Amino acid sequence: MQNSRSIKTPLTDDLCASLHAGDMVLLSGEVFTARDAAHRRLQETLQRGEALPFDVRGAVIFYAGPSPTRPGRIIGSIGPTTSYRMDPFAPLLMEQGMKGMIGKGKRSAEVVAAMQRYKAVYFGAIGGIAALTARCVRSADLVAYADLGPEAILRLELVDLPVVVVNDTQGRDLYEEALKRS
Amino acid sequence: MGPIREIDSKLITETVKRLFLEANTCLGADVIEALQISLAREESALGRQVLARMLENAAVAKEESAPICQDTGLAVVFVELGQDVHVAGGLLNAAIEEGVRQAYGEGFFRKSVCDPLSRANTGDNTPAVIHVEIAAGDRIRLTVMPKGGGSENMSSVTMLLPTAGNEGIRRHVVESVLKAGPNPCPPVIVGVGIGGSIEESLILAKKALLRPLGQKNGRDDRLNDLEQDILADVNRMGGGPQGFGGSVSALAVHVEMKPCHIASLPVAVNIQCHVARHRETII
Repeated sequence: MQNSRSIKTPLTDDLCASLHAGDMVLLSGEVFTARDAAHRRLQETLQRGEALPFDVRGAVIFYAGPSPTRPGRIIGSIGPTTSYRMDPFAPLLMEQGMKGMIGKGKRSAEVVAAMQRYKAVYFGAIGGIAALTARCVRSADLVAYADLGPEAILRLELVDLPVVVVNDTQGRDLYEEALKRS
Repeated sequence: MGPIREIDSKLITETVKRLFLEANTCLGADVIEALQISLAREESALGRQVLARMLENAAVAKEESAPICQDTGLAVVFVELGQDVHVAGGLLNAAIEEGVRQAYGEGFFRKSVCDPLSRANTGDNTPAVIHVEIAAGDRIRLTVMPKGGGSENMSSVTMLLPTAGNEGIRRHVVESVLKAGPNPCPPVIVGVGIGGSIEESLILAKKALLRPLGQKNGRDDRLNDLEQDILADVNRMGGGPQGFGGSVSALAVHVEMKPCHIASLPVAVNIQCHVARHRETII
Protein backbone atom coordinates (compact mmCIF):
# COMPACT_ATOMS: atom_id res chain seq x y z
CA MET A 1 0.00 0.00 0.00
CA GLN A 2 1.15 3.54 -0.64
CA ASN A 3 2.60 5.66 2.18
CA SER A 4 3.38 2.59 4.21
CA ARG A 5 6.04 2.23 6.84
CA SER A 6 8.16 -0.93 6.73
CA ILE A 7 8.70 -2.81 9.98
CA LYS A 8 10.28 -6.12 10.85
CA THR A 9 9.49 -8.65 13.56
CA PRO A 10 10.20 -9.35 16.39
CA LEU A 11 8.60 -6.19 17.78
CA THR A 12 10.02 -4.16 20.65
CA ASP A 13 8.26 -1.88 23.15
CA ASP A 14 9.69 1.19 21.42
CA LEU A 15 8.61 0.06 17.96
CA CYS A 16 5.10 -0.73 19.20
CA ALA A 17 4.84 2.64 20.94
CA SER A 18 5.74 4.37 17.66
CA LEU A 19 2.83 2.77 15.79
CA HIS A 20 -0.49 4.60 15.75
CA ALA A 21 -4.03 3.64 14.78
CA GLY A 22 -4.47 4.24 11.07
CA ASP A 23 -0.79 3.77 10.17
CA MET A 24 -0.26 1.70 7.05
CA VAL A 25 2.51 -0.80 7.56
CA LEU A 26 4.41 -3.33 5.45
CA LEU A 27 5.25 -6.10 7.89
CA SER A 28 8.19 -8.46 7.31
CA GLY A 29 9.87 -11.22 9.26
CA GLU A 30 8.79 -14.22 11.28
CA VAL A 31 5.18 -14.56 12.43
CA PHE A 32 3.25 -17.52 13.83
CA THR A 33 -0.22 -18.61 12.69
CA ALA A 34 -2.69 -19.59 15.39
CA ARG A 35 -6.48 -19.58 15.52
CA ASP A 36 -9.23 -20.98 17.71
CA ALA A 37 -8.17 -24.51 18.60
CA ALA A 38 -4.45 -23.63 18.77
CA HIS A 39 -5.18 -20.80 21.22
CA ARG A 40 -7.05 -23.16 23.48
CA ARG A 41 -4.05 -25.50 23.50
CA LEU A 42 -1.61 -22.64 24.16
CA GLN A 43 -3.72 -21.62 27.15
CA GLU A 44 -3.84 -25.20 28.45
CA THR A 45 -0.06 -25.48 28.05
CA LEU A 46 0.49 -22.37 30.17
CA GLN A 47 -2.05 -23.55 32.76
CA ARG A 48 -0.06 -26.76 33.15
CA GLY A 49 3.06 -24.65 33.70
CA GLU A 50 4.71 -25.96 30.54
CA ALA A 51 6.65 -24.06 27.85
CA LEU A 52 4.87 -22.81 24.74
CA PRO A 53 5.88 -24.47 21.45
CA PHE A 54 7.52 -21.24 20.24
CA ASP A 55 9.14 -18.20 21.81
CA VAL A 56 6.29 -15.72 22.19
CA ARG A 57 8.50 -12.83 23.39
CA GLY A 58 8.35 -10.07 20.81
CA ALA A 59 6.32 -12.37 18.58
CA VAL A 60 3.49 -11.53 16.21
CA ILE A 61 0.62 -14.00 15.91
CA PHE A 62 -1.32 -14.10 12.65
CA TYR A 63 -4.90 -15.29 13.17
CA ALA A 64 -4.99 -17.45 10.07
CA GLY A 65 -5.68 -20.94 8.80
CA PRO A 66 -4.45 -21.25 5.21
CA SER A 67 -5.88 -23.48 2.52
CA PRO A 68 -3.72 -26.56 1.76
CA THR A 69 -0.42 -26.06 -0.06
CA ARG A 70 -0.34 -27.33 -3.61
CA PRO A 71 2.74 -29.27 -4.77
CA GLY A 72 5.62 -26.95 -5.58
CA ARG A 73 4.12 -24.02 -3.69
CA ILE A 74 5.14 -22.37 -0.41
CA ILE A 75 1.64 -22.07 1.01
CA GLY A 76 -2.01 -22.10 -0.04
CA SER A 77 -4.26 -19.04 0.06
CA ILE A 78 -3.93 -17.28 3.40
CA GLY A 79 -5.63 -14.37 5.13
CA PRO A 80 -6.89 -13.13 8.47
CA THR A 81 -9.75 -14.76 10.33
CA THR A 82 -12.05 -12.76 12.65
CA SER A 83 -10.07 -11.84 15.76
CA TYR A 84 -12.70 -11.58 18.52
CA ARG A 85 -12.73 -15.35 18.85
CA MET A 86 -9.16 -15.14 20.17
CA ASP A 87 -10.03 -12.38 22.67
CA PRO A 88 -10.31 -14.73 25.67
CA PHE A 89 -6.70 -15.85 25.10
CA ALA A 90 -4.92 -12.69 23.87
CA PRO A 91 -4.21 -10.98 27.25
CA LEU A 92 -2.55 -14.15 28.57
CA LEU A 93 -0.24 -14.28 25.54
CA MET A 94 0.56 -10.56 25.84
CA GLU A 95 1.49 -11.22 29.46
CA GLN A 96 3.95 -13.81 28.13
CA GLY A 97 5.50 -11.23 25.80
CA MET A 98 3.48 -11.36 22.56
CA LYS A 99 3.74 -7.92 20.95
CA GLY A 100 1.56 -8.09 17.87
CA MET A 101 -1.56 -9.67 16.46
CA ILE A 102 -2.71 -9.72 12.84
CA GLY A 103 -6.37 -10.37 12.15
CA LYS A 104 -9.58 -8.66 11.17
CA GLY A 105 -12.45 -7.20 13.13
CA LYS A 106 -13.08 -5.68 16.53
CA ARG A 107 -11.34 -6.60 19.79
CA SER A 108 -12.83 -6.62 23.28
CA ALA A 109 -12.27 -3.83 25.81
CA GLU A 110 -10.13 -6.28 27.82
CA VAL A 111 -7.83 -6.92 24.86
CA VAL A 112 -7.55 -3.20 24.04
CA ALA A 113 -6.65 -2.50 27.68
CA ALA A 114 -4.09 -5.33 27.68
CA MET A 115 -2.47 -3.83 24.57
CA GLN A 116 -1.93 -0.60 26.49
CA ARG A 117 -0.64 -2.42 29.56
CA TYR A 118 1.79 -4.71 27.69
CA LYS A 119 2.64 -2.30 24.83
CA ALA A 120 1.30 -4.49 22.06
CA VAL A 121 -0.34 -3.65 18.74
CA TYR A 122 -3.23 -5.10 16.74
CA PHE A 123 -2.89 -5.00 12.96
CA GLY A 124 -5.79 -5.41 10.56
CA ALA A 125 -4.95 -7.34 7.40
CA ILE A 126 -7.32 -7.27 4.44
CA GLY A 127 -9.68 -10.24 4.55
CA GLY A 128 -10.72 -12.08 1.41
CA ILE A 129 -7.59 -11.42 -0.63
CA ALA A 130 -5.89 -14.67 0.27
CA ALA A 131 -4.42 -15.55 -3.13
CA LEU A 132 -2.62 -12.20 -3.17
CA THR A 133 -1.55 -12.39 0.49
CA ALA A 134 0.06 -15.80 -0.15
CA ARG A 135 2.62 -13.94 -2.28
CA CYS A 136 3.96 -12.22 0.86
CA VAL A 137 4.87 -15.60 2.39
CA ARG A 138 8.46 -16.68 1.66
CA SER A 139 8.52 -19.79 3.84
CA ALA A 140 6.15 -21.81 5.98
CA ASP A 141 7.13 -24.47 8.53
CA LEU A 142 5.05 -26.51 10.94
CA VAL A 143 5.68 -25.59 14.58
CA ALA A 144 3.00 -27.50 16.48
CA TYR A 145 -0.40 -29.22 16.51
CA ALA A 146 -0.25 -30.90 13.07
CA ASP A 147 -3.38 -32.85 14.05
CA LEU A 148 -5.39 -29.61 13.94
CA GLY A 149 -4.99 -29.49 10.15
CA PRO A 150 -5.76 -25.95 8.97
CA GLU A 151 -5.53 -24.79 12.60
CA ALA A 152 -1.93 -25.98 13.16
CA ILE A 153 0.69 -23.45 14.25
CA LEU A 154 3.00 -22.48 11.38
CA ARG A 155 6.07 -20.27 11.37
CA LEU A 156 5.86 -17.96 8.36
CA GLU A 157 8.53 -15.73 6.93
CA LEU A 158 6.71 -12.68 5.54
CA VAL A 159 7.89 -9.97 3.18
CA ASP A 160 5.93 -6.73 3.06
CA LEU A 161 2.50 -7.91 4.23
CA PRO A 162 0.26 -4.82 3.96
CA VAL A 163 -1.51 -4.23 7.28
CA VAL A 164 -3.12 -1.28 9.04
CA VAL A 165 -2.69 -0.47 12.74
CA VAL A 166 -6.17 -0.84 14.26
CA ASN A 167 -5.45 -0.69 18.02
CA ASP A 168 -2.29 0.96 19.31
CA THR A 169 -0.53 1.19 22.67
CA GLN A 170 -2.40 4.39 23.52
CA GLY A 171 -5.79 2.71 23.42
CA ARG A 172 -6.87 4.22 20.10
CA ASP A 173 -9.16 2.23 17.81
CA LEU A 174 -9.24 2.85 14.05
CA TYR A 175 -12.64 1.17 13.63
CA GLU A 176 -14.24 3.46 16.24
CA GLU A 177 -12.59 6.53 14.78
CA ALA A 178 -13.81 5.64 11.27
CA LEU A 179 -17.42 5.53 12.50
CA LYS A 180 -17.07 8.80 14.43
CA ARG A 181 -15.73 10.60 11.36
CA SER A 182 -18.90 9.95 9.36
CA MET B 1 -46.63 -34.56 -16.36
CA GLY B 2 -44.08 -35.53 -19.00
CA PRO B 3 -42.20 -38.79 -19.33
CA ILE B 4 -39.67 -39.58 -16.61
CA ARG B 5 -36.13 -38.49 -17.43
CA GLU B 6 -33.27 -40.40 -15.94
CA ILE B 7 -30.27 -38.43 -14.67
CA ASP B 8 -27.19 -40.37 -13.67
CA SER B 9 -26.03 -39.53 -10.17
CA LYS B 10 -22.47 -39.36 -11.53
CA LEU B 11 -23.48 -36.34 -13.64
CA ILE B 12 -24.72 -34.64 -10.46
CA THR B 13 -21.40 -35.38 -8.72
CA GLU B 14 -19.37 -34.04 -11.64
CA THR B 15 -21.52 -30.93 -11.90
CA VAL B 16 -21.36 -30.12 -8.18
CA LYS B 17 -17.59 -30.64 -8.25
CA ARG B 18 -17.14 -28.32 -11.24
CA LEU B 19 -19.34 -25.62 -9.73
CA PHE B 20 -17.45 -25.62 -6.40
CA LEU B 21 -14.08 -25.58 -8.19
CA GLU B 22 -15.20 -22.55 -10.19
CA ALA B 23 -16.95 -20.74 -7.36
CA ASN B 24 -13.96 -20.88 -5.04
CA THR B 25 -11.39 -19.68 -7.56
CA CYS B 26 -13.22 -17.42 -9.98
CA LEU B 27 -15.11 -14.43 -8.57
CA GLY B 28 -18.39 -13.70 -10.39
CA ALA B 29 -18.43 -10.93 -13.01
CA ASP B 30 -21.19 -9.16 -11.06
CA VAL B 31 -19.04 -8.96 -7.91
CA ILE B 32 -16.04 -7.71 -9.89
CA GLU B 33 -18.20 -5.03 -11.49
CA ALA B 34 -19.61 -4.01 -8.10
CA LEU B 35 -16.08 -3.70 -6.69
CA GLN B 36 -15.05 -1.58 -9.69
CA ILE B 37 -18.03 0.73 -9.23
CA SER B 38 -17.18 0.95 -5.50
CA LEU B 39 -13.56 1.80 -6.30
CA ALA B 40 -14.77 4.75 -8.38
CA ARG B 41 -17.05 6.07 -5.66
CA GLU B 42 -15.04 5.32 -2.52
CA GLU B 43 -13.99 8.57 -0.87
CA SER B 44 -11.24 7.20 1.42
CA ALA B 45 -7.77 6.77 -0.11
CA LEU B 46 -7.12 3.75 2.14
CA GLY B 47 -10.54 2.37 1.21
CA ARG B 48 -9.65 2.65 -2.48
CA GLN B 49 -6.39 0.80 -1.89
CA VAL B 50 -8.29 -1.99 -0.13
CA LEU B 51 -10.81 -2.29 -2.98
CA ALA B 52 -8.02 -2.25 -5.57
CA ARG B 53 -6.33 -5.14 -3.77
CA MET B 54 -9.59 -7.09 -3.75
CA LEU B 55 -9.78 -6.72 -7.53
CA GLU B 56 -6.12 -7.66 -7.91
CA ASN B 57 -6.70 -10.72 -5.74
CA ALA B 58 -9.60 -11.87 -7.92
CA ALA B 59 -7.30 -11.72 -10.96
CA VAL B 60 -4.51 -13.62 -9.18
CA ALA B 61 -6.88 -16.30 -7.89
CA LYS B 62 -8.33 -16.86 -11.35
CA GLU B 63 -4.91 -16.98 -13.01
CA GLU B 64 -3.55 -19.46 -10.46
CA SER B 65 -6.79 -21.40 -9.91
CA ALA B 66 -6.18 -20.63 -6.24
CA PRO B 67 -8.87 -20.07 -3.62
CA ILE B 68 -9.98 -16.40 -3.62
CA CYS B 69 -10.24 -16.65 0.17
CA GLN B 70 -8.58 -19.23 2.42
CA ASP B 71 -12.01 -19.85 3.92
CA THR B 72 -13.53 -21.91 1.15
CA GLY B 73 -16.59 -22.24 3.30
CA LEU B 74 -19.27 -24.59 4.35
CA ALA B 75 -20.68 -26.12 1.14
CA VAL B 76 -24.27 -24.94 0.73
CA VAL B 77 -26.21 -26.44 -2.19
CA PHE B 78 -29.66 -25.46 -3.43
CA VAL B 79 -31.40 -28.05 -5.59
CA GLU B 80 -34.51 -27.51 -7.67
CA LEU B 81 -35.47 -31.00 -8.61
CA GLY B 82 -37.90 -31.42 -11.49
CA GLN B 83 -40.60 -33.87 -10.43
CA ASP B 84 -40.21 -35.75 -13.72
CA VAL B 85 -36.59 -36.62 -12.89
CA HIS B 86 -35.44 -39.99 -11.68
CA VAL B 87 -31.95 -39.92 -10.20
CA ALA B 88 -30.31 -43.18 -11.21
CA GLY B 89 -27.25 -44.94 -9.83
CA GLY B 90 -27.27 -43.50 -6.35
CA LEU B 91 -28.88 -41.16 -3.87
CA LEU B 92 -29.18 -37.47 -4.80
CA ASN B 93 -27.64 -36.25 -1.54
CA ALA B 94 -24.81 -38.79 -1.70
CA ALA B 95 -24.01 -37.63 -5.25
CA ILE B 96 -23.83 -34.03 -4.06
CA GLU B 97 -21.65 -34.91 -1.06
CA GLU B 98 -19.28 -36.76 -3.37
CA GLY B 99 -19.02 -33.71 -5.63
CA VAL B 100 -18.13 -31.57 -2.61
CA ARG B 101 -15.57 -34.13 -1.42
CA GLN B 102 -13.87 -34.24 -4.83
CA ALA B 103 -13.86 -30.46 -5.34
CA TYR B 104 -12.36 -29.72 -1.92
CA GLY B 105 -9.74 -32.44 -2.36
CA GLU B 106 -8.67 -31.71 -5.93
CA GLY B 107 -8.95 -27.94 -5.56
CA PHE B 108 -6.70 -27.89 -2.46
CA PHE B 109 -9.52 -26.06 -0.69
CA ARG B 110 -9.56 -25.73 3.07
CA LYS B 111 -11.64 -28.31 4.89
CA SER B 112 -13.56 -26.17 7.33
CA VAL B 113 -16.18 -28.57 8.69
CA CYS B 114 -15.88 -30.10 12.16
CA ASP B 115 -17.80 -31.84 14.92
CA PRO B 116 -19.41 -29.03 16.92
CA LEU B 117 -18.37 -30.43 20.30
CA SER B 118 -15.04 -32.20 19.81
CA ARG B 119 -14.11 -29.74 16.99
CA ALA B 120 -12.56 -32.71 15.13
CA ASN B 121 -12.39 -31.91 11.42
CA THR B 122 -14.43 -34.22 9.18
CA GLY B 123 -11.52 -34.07 6.75
CA ASP B 124 -13.33 -33.60 3.44
CA ASN B 125 -15.60 -30.57 3.99
CA THR B 126 -18.71 -32.74 4.19
CA PRO B 127 -21.46 -32.85 5.17
CA ALA B 128 -22.77 -30.20 2.82
CA VAL B 129 -25.90 -28.21 3.64
CA ILE B 130 -28.43 -29.27 1.01
CA HIS B 131 -31.79 -27.60 0.37
CA VAL B 132 -34.06 -29.48 -2.03
CA GLU B 133 -37.22 -28.11 -3.59
CA ILE B 134 -39.45 -29.96 -6.01
CA ALA B 135 -40.13 -28.05 -9.22
CA ALA B 136 -41.99 -28.68 -12.45
CA GLY B 137 -40.21 -30.32 -15.38
CA ASP B 138 -37.53 -32.88 -16.03
CA ARG B 139 -34.40 -30.96 -15.14
CA ILE B 140 -32.31 -30.20 -12.05
CA ARG B 141 -31.08 -26.73 -11.17
CA LEU B 142 -28.00 -26.89 -8.97
CA THR B 143 -26.75 -23.79 -7.16
CA VAL B 144 -23.63 -24.02 -5.04
CA MET B 145 -22.54 -21.48 -2.48
CA PRO B 146 -19.36 -21.84 -0.45
CA LYS B 147 -20.23 -19.80 2.66
CA GLY B 148 -17.47 -18.41 4.86
CA GLY B 149 -17.67 -18.63 8.64
CA GLY B 150 -16.74 -15.04 9.49
CA SER B 151 -19.75 -13.50 7.77
CA GLU B 152 -22.10 -16.31 8.81
CA ASN B 153 -21.16 -15.61 12.46
CA MET B 154 -22.52 -12.06 12.07
CA SER B 155 -25.92 -13.28 10.86
CA SER B 156 -29.12 -13.55 12.90
CA VAL B 157 -32.85 -14.03 12.96
CA THR B 158 -35.17 -11.94 15.08
CA MET B 159 -38.91 -12.02 15.63
CA LEU B 160 -39.93 -8.37 15.41
CA LEU B 161 -43.29 -7.06 16.56
CA PRO B 162 -45.84 -7.43 13.73
CA THR B 163 -46.44 -3.69 14.05
CA ALA B 164 -42.76 -2.81 13.50
CA GLY B 165 -43.41 -2.10 9.84
CA ASN B 166 -40.95 -0.93 7.20
CA GLU B 167 -39.21 1.46 9.58
CA GLY B 168 -38.75 -1.19 12.25
CA ILE B 169 -37.30 -3.64 9.74
CA ARG B 170 -35.01 -0.99 8.28
CA ARG B 171 -33.70 0.02 11.71
CA HIS B 172 -33.14 -3.60 12.77
CA VAL B 173 -31.18 -4.51 9.63
CA VAL B 174 -29.03 -1.37 9.79
CA GLU B 175 -28.27 -2.04 13.47
CA SER B 176 -27.32 -5.64 12.63
CA VAL B 177 -24.83 -4.47 9.99
CA LEU B 178 -23.44 -1.80 12.32
CA LYS B 179 -23.00 -4.37 15.08
CA ALA B 180 -21.18 -6.71 12.68
CA GLY B 181 -18.89 -3.80 11.80
CA PRO B 182 -15.52 -4.84 10.37
CA ASN B 183 -15.87 -8.51 11.41
CA PRO B 184 -17.49 -10.00 8.27
CA CYS B 185 -15.00 -8.48 5.77
CA PRO B 186 -16.82 -5.45 4.37
CA PRO B 187 -17.90 -4.33 1.87
CA VAL B 188 -20.62 -6.85 2.56
CA ILE B 189 -23.77 -7.96 0.84
CA VAL B 190 -26.74 -8.01 3.19
CA GLY B 191 -29.26 -10.77 2.61
CA VAL B 192 -32.59 -10.14 4.32
CA GLY B 193 -35.45 -12.59 4.64
CA ILE B 194 -38.76 -11.21 5.81
CA GLY B 195 -41.70 -13.37 6.79
CA GLY B 196 -42.46 -17.06 6.59
CA SER B 197 -41.71 -19.13 9.67
CA ILE B 198 -38.47 -18.70 11.58
CA GLU B 199 -36.54 -21.18 9.40
CA GLU B 200 -38.07 -19.96 6.18
CA SER B 201 -36.97 -16.39 6.87
CA LEU B 202 -33.38 -17.64 7.17
CA ILE B 203 -33.57 -19.57 3.91
CA LEU B 204 -35.04 -16.49 2.21
CA ALA B 205 -32.15 -14.39 3.52
CA LYS B 206 -29.64 -16.87 2.17
CA LYS B 207 -31.41 -17.13 -1.19
CA ALA B 208 -31.44 -13.33 -1.40
CA LEU B 209 -27.64 -13.51 -1.58
CA LEU B 210 -27.88 -15.52 -4.81
CA ARG B 211 -29.39 -12.68 -6.81
CA PRO B 212 -26.73 -11.18 -9.11
CA LEU B 213 -25.44 -7.81 -7.91
CA GLY B 214 -26.79 -4.89 -9.88
CA GLN B 215 -30.08 -6.66 -10.57
CA LYS B 216 -33.17 -4.92 -9.25
CA ASN B 217 -35.58 -6.67 -6.94
CA GLY B 218 -38.11 -7.70 -9.54
CA ARG B 219 -40.69 -9.11 -7.14
CA ASP B 220 -41.96 -6.08 -5.34
CA ASP B 221 -41.29 -2.33 -5.62
CA ARG B 222 -41.63 -1.97 -1.85
CA LEU B 223 -38.70 -4.32 -1.38
CA ASN B 224 -36.67 -2.46 -3.95
CA ASP B 225 -37.20 0.76 -1.98
CA LEU B 226 -36.34 -0.96 1.30
CA GLU B 227 -33.12 -2.31 -0.21
CA GLN B 228 -32.06 1.14 -1.39
CA ASP B 229 -32.93 2.79 1.94
CA ILE B 230 -30.98 0.23 3.99
CA LEU B 231 -28.00 0.41 1.62
CA ALA B 232 -27.89 4.20 1.90
CA ASP B 233 -28.08 4.01 5.72
CA VAL B 234 -25.31 1.40 5.91
CA ASN B 235 -23.00 3.32 3.59
CA ARG B 236 -23.51 6.52 5.61
CA MET B 237 -22.07 4.86 8.74
CA GLY B 238 -18.49 5.41 7.61
CA GLY B 239 -17.02 1.97 8.29
CA GLY B 240 -15.97 1.50 4.69
CA PRO B 241 -13.91 -1.32 3.16
CA GLN B 242 -12.65 -3.61 5.96
CA GLY B 243 -13.93 -1.05 8.49
CA PHE B 244 -10.82 1.12 8.01
CA GLY B 245 -13.11 4.04 7.12
CA GLY B 246 -14.88 5.03 3.93
CA SER B 247 -18.10 5.28 2.00
CA VAL B 248 -18.52 1.70 0.79
CA SER B 249 -19.48 -0.57 3.69
CA ALA B 250 -21.90 -2.65 1.62
CA LEU B 251 -22.12 -3.51 -2.07
CA ALA B 252 -25.82 -4.29 -1.94
CA VAL B 253 -28.83 -5.18 0.17
CA HIS B 254 -31.09 -7.93 -1.14
CA VAL B 255 -34.49 -8.60 0.42
CA GLU B 256 -36.78 -11.58 -0.11
CA MET B 257 -40.22 -11.82 1.46
CA LYS B 258 -43.06 -14.29 2.06
CA PRO B 259 -46.32 -14.00 3.98
CA CYS B 260 -46.12 -14.72 7.71
CA HIS B 261 -48.37 -15.42 10.72
CA ILE B 262 -50.50 -12.49 11.93
CA ALA B 263 -48.69 -12.62 15.29
CA SER B 264 -45.20 -12.64 13.78
CA LEU B 265 -42.68 -10.69 11.74
CA PRO B 266 -39.56 -12.82 11.34
CA VAL B 267 -36.58 -10.92 9.95
CA ALA B 268 -33.42 -12.83 9.12
CA VAL B 269 -30.17 -11.12 8.23
CA ASN B 270 -27.55 -13.22 6.45
CA ILE B 271 -24.32 -11.31 5.93
CA GLN B 272 -22.10 -12.15 2.99
CA CYS B 273 -18.48 -10.94 2.73
CA HIS B 274 -17.21 -9.30 -0.45
CA VAL B 275 -16.03 -12.71 -1.68
CA ALA B 276 -19.60 -13.57 -2.68
CA ARG B 277 -19.26 -16.97 -4.29
CA HIS B 278 -22.01 -18.89 -6.00
CA ARG B 279 -22.47 -20.76 -9.25
CA GLU B 280 -25.47 -22.45 -10.80
CA THR B 281 -26.34 -24.61 -13.74
CA ILE B 282 -29.22 -26.68 -15.05
CA ILE B 283 -28.81 -30.31 -16.01
